[in-house]
Amino acid sequence: MSRLETLDTRGLLCPLPVIRTQDKIKNLTPGMLLDVFATDPGTLHDIPAWCRVHGHELVETEQKGRDIRIRVRVCA
Amino acid sequence: MAEPRRAVALISGGLDSMLAAKVIMEQGVHVEGINFFTGFCVEGHTHAIREKDRAKPKRNNALWVAEQLGIKLHIIDVIDEYKDVLLNPKHGYGANLNPCLDCKVFMVRKALAWGFMEENGFDFIITGEVIGQRPMSQRKDTMPVIARESGADDRLLRPLCAKNLPPTLPEKEGWVNREELHDFSGRTRKPQIQLAEKFGFSDWAQPAGGCCFLTDAQYSAKLVDLWQAHGHREYELDDIVLLKIGRHIRPAPHFKLIVGREEGENNYLEGYRKQFVSLHPVSHRGPLCLIDGTPGPEDIHLAARIVARYSQGKTAREVRVSVQQPGGEIEEKTVVPLPPNEVCENWHVSA
Ligand code: SF4
Repeated sequence: MSRLETLDTRGLLCPLPVIRTQDKIKNLTPGMLLDVFATDPGTLHDIPAWCRVHGHELVETEQKGRDIRIRVRVCA
Repeated sequence: MAEPRRAVALISGGLDSMLAAKVIMEQGVHVEGINFFTGFCVEGHTHAIREKDRAKPKRNNALWVAEQLGIKLHIIDVIDEYKDVLLNPKHGYGANLNPCLDCKVFMVRKALAWGFMEENGFDFIITGEVIGQRPMSQRKDTMPVIARESGADDRLLRPLCAKNLPPTLPEKEGWVNREELHDFSGRTRKPQIQLAEKFGFSDWAQPAGGCCFLTDAQYSAKLVDLWQAHGHREYELDDIVLLKIGRHIRPAPHFKLIVGREEGENNYLEGYRKQFVSLHPVSHRGPLCLIDGTPGPEDIHLAARIVARYSQGKTAREVRVSVQQPGGEIEEKTVVPLPPNEVCENWHVSA
């Protein structure tokens, strides 16, 4: 089982959730999973885009009402 | 083979910085992008808030550009450091509260500090500046100011107009070929569009006035009003984000109403109910309103009448309005909606 970390960006507007994700991942090692919790629908677009340009893997996204969860696998 | 040289490109999300990065990538240089979030950027925020904007793609243009170019993009939070740039610009402001020249100096200096950190190991900085493109920050005489005051000196290369400027270190060292750089100048967009076509770019963002809200007259007026009302120019991120949302109505110097204009804004303002007195109509559908300042009971009564005026009960005899204190205590008031002609024109905070 990969280690799972979490990051709470609820209430923040883009690009802050992306910046927080970027800063968090800087301190994680490849293979680890990160769940980002957010409320800004822009994150559903921006965090996957950020993952693509940095080569991290978007594992899944989930939206329940206003609450969003985005799971990322840290890559090398 | 030798390691390729490395350049940090300032990426705003617009066409010029995208082209500048591409020109240098074409020369075999390793390029990564950097983008600064000052809190005033047009990106994000309002797109996320306003319903009417939801139909439009919500992409972050800087990220989108990075993806088109196939480069990494590092987004840096400079909200706090930027305050000094905005509050004390050595070179003053442009047409509104935009301190463009100081802003450019600041961003190049930050890019330099970031890129030259040992673990990042970059060799030079590139920007999409074009001489004469913007009246304040992109003039022949301001180009050397940015290079000098940022500390980048000849490690700052502007690929789109380099041939109009003295050779920089990357050119002198042969890391890039000066002959393949450009000599764009003036306000025309033609050469950029031609170059975009050559690279096969068919879609790009076109920010109207500039890359941030500080070039906007309405926004600047609201910021000045906020500073006057607070009696100082310090600000927090919440202050400047709230200026992008809702109608701002100031019936008296000591309090201001922020009235949501639609569902998306009302939802967003909800998040601030623990920080402000808030009102919303309960007998009719209508906006959520925050009161910034130190309102007395009569002021709250007037605020309730204004909220009623913007509700679906605006022509009703009476509207019930709920008033919630930051601590959570709720009181309901029954008020007569303020007739539209009594909402004074000069209460609206705008340019
Ligand atoms: S428009 Fe705004 S972000 Fe762009 S240079 Fe001017 S002050 Fe800076």
